[in-house]
Amino acid sequence: MPHDGHDHDHDHTEPPSDIELRVKSLESLLVEKGLVDPATLDALVDRYEHHVGPQNGKKVVARAWTDPAYRQWLQDDASAAIGDFGFKGRQGEHMVCVENGPKVHNLVVCTLCSCYPWTVLGLPPVWYKSAPYRSRAVADPRGVLTEFGTTLAPDVDVRVWDSTSEMRYLVIPERPAGTDGWTAEQLEQLITRNSMIGVEKARTPEELKGAAE
Amino acid sequence: MNSGHDLGGMHGLGPINPEPQDEEPVFHADWERKAFSLTLATALLGRWNIDMGRHSRERQHPARYLMNTYYENWLTGTEVLLKESGLVTAEEMATGKPQGPAPNSIHVPGPDEALNAVKAGGPADIDAPVQAQYAVGDAVRVKNFHPLGHTRAPRYTRGRVGVIQRLHGIHVYPDTHTPDVTEGYPLYSVRFEGDELWGPDGDAKSSVYADLWEPYLEPA
Repeated sequence: MPHDGHDHDHDHTEPPSDIELRVKSLESLLVEKGLVDPATLDALVDRYEHHVGPQNGKKVVARAWTDPAYRQWLQDDASAAIGDFGFKGRQGEHMVCVENGPKVHNLVVCTLCSCYPWTVLGLPPVWYKSAPYRSRAVADPRGVLTEFGTTLAPDVDVRVWDSTSEMRYLVIPERPAGTDGWTAEQLEQLITRNSMIGVEKARTPEELKGAAE
Repeated sequence: MNSGHDLGGMHGLGPINPEPQDEEPVFHADWERKAFSLTLATALLGRWNIDMGRHSRERQHPARYLMNTYYENWLTGTEVLLKESGLVTAEEMATGKPQGPAPNSIHVPGPDEALNAVKAGGPADIDAPVQAQYAVGDAVRVKNFHPLGHTRAPRYTRGRVGVIQRLHGIHVYPDTHTPDVTEGYPLYSVRFEGDELWGPDGDAKSSVYADLWEPYLEPA
């Protein structure tokens, strides 16, 4: 499977590939010239590998599901409402939240590069950056959704958000039935990264129970 | 430019094949960590902006853009920008051996400063005395234009009619954005119906919302 050209379990005793050598050469050149600080590289990787990710977006969605005033704030000024959690910064400066409902389903793509709301979802998955997704999400969204196991009724209005500017889109999935009285923390377990991109719905309580067993 | 990055509506690229989301690592190899962090760290040197960053990847041969992985495209763009900005010479890039130190004028952020910069972000809206020409509900057509430089009007929208949904404000215009030039134009969310974009091959119960700057649009 061609995810970024590397198998997870490739044999590390193999000689380094051309791309590995090219990156290593550039890194050592820039460090030697004093154009990058190696500690800066490590700090940036650490932030985006360990500290920013879908766990942020889940908090936003769970609060939207449980707090009508917050949900309204997300519609009125999503950047400020999301910033209330401290989720701010690069690739999240200008946020818009789009809500799914019984007759509306939203899906986010960037056909021109791979713009993605880093502050709430972290770095994008390989498939989001892939040519198959970027080419087809706008022309055949229902077909794309079926590849994620998501089938929508024919009368559901599918809205695809092509991230062509610095506006970044977060999907608020529909709150699953059977979750009355659940706390925000409980609800977070039903919220998936993919549901906040819009390629699937939030998990149902039954699916959550099934996954735990 | 009409190149390999402008993918909306293209056929023949195969299945999406998503990895299971609970098992997908943020990076799939250590070189991806390096390509990512080198790109971000060199962008913080302030010699280019995000629009120039995108354009540096788009200028590859389209076949190469499509064959590369995402971080290979990032790395390629970063190499191009380092050379074009004069921070690295072509010979240094080819040999990997420095011929001289970085210019004295360059400021290289340390880890705390870099983290503060990414946590602060860089807003793209600007305070400019520009009057928006269109209002919510107006029908607009994306111009039939094909610039050789950078643009954020996807090919599949050009010549098509949509309806203004929202004014996002005055945003930096990507097509002319350089370290020395920052123009601002109204940025609109424009809704296009599926059958307007794709004719009988489209899905009339779907629509696409694209964010488009006023110079891309004309009254419909």
